[in-house]
Amino acid sequence: MIPTSEPTARLRPGEGAIARLACLVLQPVLTRVVRRVATRHPSLFARLGPHQATDFLIDPVELPFALHLRPDPQALVFRAVPRDTAPQAGATIRGRFLLLLELIDAEQDGDAAFFSRDLEVSGDTEAVVRLRNALDDMDGSLAEEASAMFGAPGRAVLARLRRAYPDATKPQEYA
Amino acid sequence: MSLAELICPAGTPAALRTAVDAGADAVYCGFQDATNARNFPGLNFTPDELAEAVTYAHARGTKVLLALNTYPPAGKVDLWRHAADTGARLGVDAFIVADMGVADYIARTYPGIRLHLSVQAAASSPEATRYYCENFGVKRVVLPRILTIPEIRQLRREIPCEIETFIFGNHGLMVEGRCSLTNYLTGQSTNMDGVCSPASDVEYVRDADGSMSSQLAGFTIDRFGVDEKAGYPTICKGRYAAPHRPEGYYAFEEPISLNLSRLLPELIEAGVHAFKIEGRQRSKSYVRGVVRAFRAAVDDIKAGREANIADLIALTEGQKQTQGAFETKKWR
Repeated sequence: MIPTSEPTARLRPGEGAIARLACLVLQPVLTRVVRRVATRHPSLFARLGPHQATDFLIDPVELPFALHLRPDPQALVFRAVPRDTAPQAGATIRGRFLLLLELIDAEQDGDAAFFSRDLEVSGDTEAVVRLRNALDDMDGSLAEEASAMFGAPGRAVLARLRRAYPDATKPQEYA
Repeated sequence: MSLAELICPAGTPAALRTAVDAGADAVYCGFQDATNARNFPGLNFTPDELAEAVTYAHARGTKVLLALNTYPPAGKVDLWRHAADTGARLGVDAFIVADMGVADYIARTYPGIRLHLSVQAAASSPEATRYYCENFGVKRVVLPRILTIPEIRQLRREIPCEIETFIFGNHGLMVEGRCSLTNYLTGQSTNMDGVCSPASDVEYVRDADGSMSSQLAGFTIDRFGVDEKAGYPTICKGRYAAPHRPEGYYAFEEPISLNLSRLLPELIEAGVHAFKIEGRQRSKSYVRGVVRAFRAAVDDIKAGREANIADLIALTEGQKQTQGAFETKKWR
């Protein structure tokens, strides 16, 4: 279950300054990551169809900022934005950060996360479905690809993130 | 003799490779158009992708079944015939069909390729099944989810083809191939356009108290409280208020998934040849988890061991599961 019922645009105490600083620090990383993904996985754009031009807001609920994605191969946008200045999104995807990361990497099932209410979507549902299917058709792990771009420190951050989160929605093998 | 083949879903090439690697005996998939009943945005295969998929699967001993299981509108059969021509050229192992015209075209044009009768044909009697076998050479029937195991055992004795049953996944007991609920609200047909609750007509609305409404074409289908598990936004799984149930209730079906893992030995003994896992619209994660679990279970049973199936409840709709009519006719 998503731990807060706060609407996306509402700021938590002290979030504004932290969010702006985090966005500034993160932006070069996000730009590098999205360009690499676009170069290595060009086929994902075909599955997006008309929603290459859609503005997606990806909202990791426990982080002080959201992520704005416009997957237009001619003008890619992937940036961290403070919630109070987030653009009007065509579709919003909301959940815990690591869940969102694992959905991208097909470590978790999106429908299952939706059924359990750990994942929320709003806005243009077709855009969300296309994005999900496009990402799901990619081989390998985006998270590992991205973390590997930053060498050992990047991989260490990813490993720490994975350890920090419980894994509630995966099937329990042979329980 | 039952071979207990595992028939596994693939909505994308990556999902197909995942299914093959997880132990599928056969993978079923469709093209990116109305010729199959999972015509969802961003899903399915281009002809080039299917060619690569067939190569990948065949190299590992896995069959590829092409779903052409929707009904062409009158006079508009070219799309289905073209899809069959493409599938035949690419070397698919069988076509899964529902429409008699499509079945007839394939039977005449490609007599060497197997025809499987889709659940969308809703053939549940010996008479109906024999008709398809005798007239179109159908080799396997995918049974609607309305029969008990004793009924399946009896049916097996009366038909000249293999039986495939669903064992896991979405559980809709509407009469397959004849459900017009989506058409009623959206103008798009599950049976002819391949879309049940098209995503373009679906909206989720979050209320201030944390509850969530799912809407189809502007009509509220269900409203989930903060602590309630959710389901698909399909009309048959909707919760409605009625004069005799003003509090709202699941009038047709509830959000729940089929899981027959406990009944596998009985189904094999009853002569079921193949087991279908539903879920071409689901992720690689789902495909990997479910296929691995049933691969292990089927292998255990074949080896005379007790099957120890994985707990798949986290992957079920509404996080609930049932054995449905397979266990008892009292279901719904």
